[in-house]
Amino acid sequence: MKLKKRQITEIILYLAPALLFIGFVFFFPIARVIQYSFNRVSPKKLTFLGLTNYKILFTDNVFTDGLKHNFILLVAVPIIIVLSVFFAILLYEKIRGWKFYRFILFLPYILAIPVVGVVFSYIFQLNGVLNFLLEKSGLKFLQADWLGSSHWALWTVMFVIIWKEIGFGIVLVFARLMSVPKDLYEAAEIDGASWLQKHIHVTIPQTKNVLSFLTVIMIITMLSWVFNYVYVMTLGGPGSATVVAEYYIYQTAFRYNNMGLASAASVILFLVTIIFVIIQTRLKGREEVD
Amino acid sequence: MNGIQPTKQNNKNYRVRRNYFAIFGRQFLMVILSILSLYPVFFMIITSIKSKEEYVFNKFNLPKMLAWNNFYEVFVGKNFGQWFLNSIILAVGAVVLCLFLAVLASFALSRYQFKIRDSILNFIVALMVIPPVIMVVPLFVFMAKINMINTLAGVIMLYAGLTLPFSIYLLTTFFRSVPQAIIDSSAIDGCSSFRTLTSIILPLSMPPIVTLIVVNSLWVWNELMIALIFLQKDELKTLMVGITVFKSRYSINIPLTMMGLLVITIPMVLLYIFGQKYFVQGLVSGSLKE
Repeated sequence: MKLKKRQITEIILYLAPALLFIGFVFFFPIARVIQYSFNRVSPKKLTFLGLTNYKILFTDNVFTDGLKHNFILLVAVPIIIVLSVFFAILLYEKIRGWKFYRFILFLPYILAIPVVGVVFSYIFQLNGVLNFLLEKSGLKFLQADWLGSSHWALWTVMFVIIWKEIGFGIVLVFARLMSVPKDLYEAAEIDGASWLQKHIHVTIPQTKNVLSFLTVIMIITMLSWVFNYVYVMTLGGPGSATVVAEYYIYQTAFRYNNMGLASAASVILFLVTIIFVIIQTRLKGREEVD
Repeated sequence: MNGIQPTKQNNKNYRVRRNYFAIFGRQFLMVILSILSLYPVFFMIITSIKSKEEYVFNKFNLPKMLAWNNFYEVFVGKNFGQWFLNSIILAVGAVVLCLFLAVLASFALSRYQFKIRDSILNFIVALMVIPPVIMVVPLFVFMAKINMINTLAGVIMLYAGLTLPFSIYLLTTFFRSVPQAIIDSSAIDGCSSFRTLTSIILPLSMPPIVTLIVVNSLWVWNELMIALIFLQKDELKTLMVGITVFKSRYSINIPLTMMGLLVITIPMVLLYIFGQKYFVQGLVSGSLKE
């Protein structure tokens, strides 16, 4: 169908405002951040530096350790997926009180990360509730300075992330399960499949798309959406034990005022994220073909 | 015959017993997870009504004396009320602006056939996972240049832009499901395209619009990093940034901090209780990331 001139004008009029905003918030800054990463940035002018920012970046232990911390956080991804699938199945099999449980399990997801972070930072304090409970139950040897020792801090942060994100996983998988044809399960039961077999051979293949979607989203979360947790609970500390890429960018740009270096770090984080965006769109494309 | 019956009987008994065991085990796991999910909220509530003296020696148990004055103290002598107002202004402003832009764009992307429309949509969808931290440095430099740092209007624009991709995605998918026949009949009646949008499509689209209002206001309410960077004056801070101020300023009065957290969490929990359906819809129809 050939469009009339009038229609083309209409399309442009409807789309332009939104595209203008998207350009302002996404495209323009992304183009700029690439440019900045090769320059020294001061309010008045840019000074071209070539690759200097990148060289500094990769010799800066705080940054490379930060990236490493992001990758360590990926450990949380399989944990979130397995637990989400398991509890989604329990809800799906209409465990007594499933509506109530669904409400409770989803609750952490709607709480603000800063709120959650502050509450947990008091629970995990050296003289906080957790250590108090460990002492009372005769497990004093398990006590630790959960957020204050560089040995534990990152794992504690990871626990809080898992705690927060698991509700998202459960509801997502549960919603998908609701649309799996019931007769597949009945057929499996007639064939004498055990509970575990049934879910391995029916649930997993049937929810494959949602699971791969969830995996990609969680990977991206661990790489580039954990700033809030770190900012509220540890400020990157102790030392730089919980610095992640995002926090490094924030600190470099707005504490040390080095916009060029922060931009180089942003570009690296952008590249890492874009790889997963590409994987995700590939998966999405395949889903539509299916 | 006689030989078979007992085994059958046994088998049946065994199954029943195993089911009781399974039911108990499942309930047990569910209860554990629910307690884990709820405990931080419970901790926040019971701590918020303790006096700071009591909290020193009683961290775990229910308060012996209720310290209701914490509730008033949250509001007295600080900018808490102002922060609350700022968060509301930002949420309302950004949600309305974003909705307006998204409705127009989604209309163009669903009601007109043109060559690049699916490419545009896919592109916008891919933006959903790009973390804001990547754009923050150039946006800050730019906003400083045009004197928009420390203005609520500037942050409203940023929030609207950042929530646009998800909003356009959700609305376009819905608009496309509106039967073409309804649209065509309105065209025959001589409706302009804008009339078609406002008097035919919008009234039909209340469910996704409510979903967007709920999901986007939650996102804006909970956002931390942009508010932290772009609103530095104390009287312009949002509640989420305010919390971190609270945490450091009242580090000896933990119950007071908890009361502050509780007060800012209540609006979102209410929204969740009354809009659970819309949360789940928003979640399932795409990723909603913070």
